[in-house]
Amino acid sequence: MSGFLEIRGIEKRWSPDVAVGPITLDIARGEILALLGPSGSGKTTMLRLLAGFEAADEGRIGVGGEDVTAVPPARRRFGMVFQHYALFPHLDVGENVAFGLHGGGGAGVEQKVSQALALVDLTGFERRKVHELSGGQQQRVALARALAPEPRVLLLDEPLSNLDPTLRERTRRELRHVIKRIGITTVFVTHEQDEAFDLGDRIAVLNGGRLEQVGVADELYERPVNLFVATFVGRANVFRGRAARDLGGEPTPDGQVLVVRPERLQFGASGLPGVVRELRYTGPATFFLVEGEDGERFEVLAQPDAARIDERVHVAATRVIVLPEPGPRR
Amino acid sequence: MSRARWTLAVAIALTLLLAWFVLYPIAVVGAEAANGTAWHDFLTRPGEWAALWASLWISLASVVLAAAIGIPLAFLFEWFDFPGRKTLGALIALPVVLPPLVGVIAFLFLYGESGFVARAIQALFKLEQAPWRLQGPLAILLVHAYSMYVYFYLFTRAGLARLDVSMLEAAQALGADRRGTLWRVVVPLLRPSLAGAAILTFMTSLGSFSAPYIFGGGFRVMTTQIVATKLNGDLPLAMVETVVLASVAVVALLILRRTEGNDILVALGKGIAPRPRPIRRAGVRRLTTIAGWGLAVLLLLPHLTLGLVSLVPYGAWTTEILPPVINFDNYRRLFSEAERLRPLLNSLWMASASTAAAVLLALVAGWLVVRQRVALRRVIEGLLVLPWALPGTVFAIALAIAFSTNAPLQLRFVLVGTAVILPLAYLVRALPLTGRGLLAAYRQLDPSLEEAAASLGAGRWRTLARVTLPQLRPGLAAGASLAFVAALGDIVASIVLYTYETRPISIEILSSLRLAETGVAAAFGVVLMIVSAVVLGVGARR
Repeated sequence: MSGFLEIRGIEKRWSPDVAVGPITLDIARGEILALLGPSGSGKTTMLRLLAGFEAADEGRIGVGGEDVTAVPPARRRFGMVFQHYALFPHLDVGENVAFGLHGGGGAGVEQKVSQALALVDLTGFERRKVHELSGGQQQRVALARALAPEPRVLLLDEPLSNLDPTLRERTRRELRHVIKRIGITTVFVTHEQDEAFDLGDRIAVLNGGRLEQVGVADELYERPVNLFVATFVGRANVFRGRAARDLGGEPTPDGQVLVVRPERLQFGASGLPGVVRELRYTGPATFFLVEGEDGERFEVLAQPDAARIDERVHVAATRVIVLPEPGPRR
Repeated sequence: MSRARWTLAVAIALTLLLAWFVLYPIAVVGAEAANGTAWHDFLTRPGEWAALWASLWISLASVVLAAAIGIPLAFLFEWFDFPGRKTLGALIALPVVLPPLVGVIAFLFLYGESGFVARAIQALFKLEQAPWRLQGPLAILLVHAYSMYVYFYLFTRAGLARLDVSMLEAAQALGADRRGTLWRVVVPLLRPSLAGAAILTFMTSLGSFSAPYIFGGGFRVMTTQIVATKLNGDLPLAMVETVVLASVAVVALLILRRTEGNDILVALGKGIAPRPRPIRRAGVRRLTTIAGWGLAVLLLLPHLTLGLVSLVPYGAWTTEILPPVINFDNYRRLFSEAERLRPLLNSLWMASASTAAAVLLALVAGWLVVRQRVALRRVIEGLLVLPWALPGTVFAIALAIAFSTNAPLQLRFVLVGTAVILPLAYLVRALPLTGRGLLAAYRQLDPSLEEAAASLGAGRWRTLARVTLPQLRPGLAAGASLAFVAALGDIVASIVLYTYETRPISIEILSSLRLAETGVAAAFGVVLMIVSAVVLGVGARR
């Protein structure tokens, strides 16, 4: 497979022990790719390599067949929305959006600015001061500014992390809507699984500078390739030894562990015995924290009235994932 | 050449340039002093020791006096509310922004032996002669206290404004009364601010020249001693004195910095500062208001006097309490006579040139130190702030000696006597002001703003012009205006390095005073004051 945005063995070495990559990824034209990982996983470095703010030590980046590895950010034609937006405080909204548009004369620029602002639902905001805007409006101005010069690729660094949680969910849908309407190839960085699932067409999971898995949401969730992806993407119970045998029905091979999602466990007449220690009510369903006979603790997601605290229960699994026990890294 | 190599080349070039005119002249003086025979003279003449001792005790006493005035004022204006608090609070910070020479001659016209107050008392009690002579150490101390209390006032107010009100409340909740809270919470938290003010006051006093020069009489401190020795032509001794003064300044700075404590104290306070308390009792309120206004008038009186004296034509005012004639004669002469206009134009162009150069160097330094984080960044930063740590006299003598010899192989050229030397001397003194302002502004500048410009297609120069410079503008303007005003009012370097053609305002004020043309001297003082105030006002605009 070859994509519109091609990342080939890209690598950045900060020091002998700290490096990002090598990473190879293909992103199709119009696709939204999420770079998901914990802090320090290299996702922001990856984005900055794409933008050209960091120079790669190895590898190649191509866009539509053109090698842009050595092209400076100013001539790369990648739009970027920064985590704190980086709106120019001494310019008003219109001037910010017009910053990347040069040539073409005044009227053309003005028209493009108003088109870009209309796209993010901020028509008529041209002469507003940046600091007068709310966080959500600033985020949209940053998006309009990045999109106005019609870049080839859009890069977003934690685009929603500065918004409060209620606004975040709505903005997420709007953001996806705008990007899909333009059809621009997009890469964004996030450390939140919900955001990656909601906004991204595909998700690349990074950890310790390495690409762990790339795929659509249900692939990562149902068929994680290793224990890191299984536990980082969604909630997961990990079972070893006797508990794993009780749940899986047969002994787990050496060096393997059993992973079961909380919603794939259910209370029943037989299975793994344990005692309910805590409840966490979330509305539609309740998390039951169960302690097994060997002291292992795990979560079961079930109807709120499925069990009570201190009740002795048996737990069975409807779907298990068998994964290799992680060895020492590298 | 690759990008990194180019950056390194610029860094090396800047370091060498700064070292050449900041560090090298001092090294030359140090080396020549070490080889000279004047050490014997210095060590055996009682006058030398007296001047050194005078410099030290005057500086210490200035710190004590300035603290005694400035700290209570700061508490009054930060913690209590009374009519006119805001206006007065800004007014009494005024002396700090005006060139020291202006304050000194204003003081002379007000409290000097033929000044206003002396005349009034003489007339009131029908005395034969002036009731006092404003001369010697007490006069110097008075002027220092008057101009340097502002450091304590401003630093203490800033410290109090950073104080977290919840800490005071916590102390009270733990049972501390007002006095206990003050001594056990407020004062320890203010320590870095107070220490900062003390350092600034001490270093300023140690380098102070115009007050001891005009009011000292026979009483010498190191700065005036050095200039006198230089003017007597005893260069070897002047070099030894310069080395001694520089060493004292460095040692004093190292000792004083230990009193600052750690910054953690300041960093902790991130809450809301206590709000000023309105004074409720009517009597106390009235008294505070009167005292506040009275104080402001007292502090501004010298400058008002300066304005009045500038309006008195030559020879018109002899024995009367109030001048019999006032008109704009002095100003007319100042602007119409070519020989009088000359110093004004000289000062303006030399201050502009040195400020422009200092801004340019600071910009390059800021880019190298903050953005590129070059290996030489500590050296560059050190060279930028070094002139702050040493008295101006030290640099004046160092430049006078290093650049009066033609030895191109030693990188020494004859610049003394040319139009270049004074702007160069002003530039040295301007570097810490523009450098600090710019480095601080650069450090606050979010790097992603420049990256955003790049991602929007802006090249290096467009990013600099449209994003970086506009963002740095406040810090740049503040530093540049301070540097300009310092150069405009400079006397220390000027008195050592001027020629008749390049004489600046300060030298013209001194010679007018010597010719008893007080009105012209005052008019120059007023012009200096107005230009300084305007420039600083523009520089402080956001």
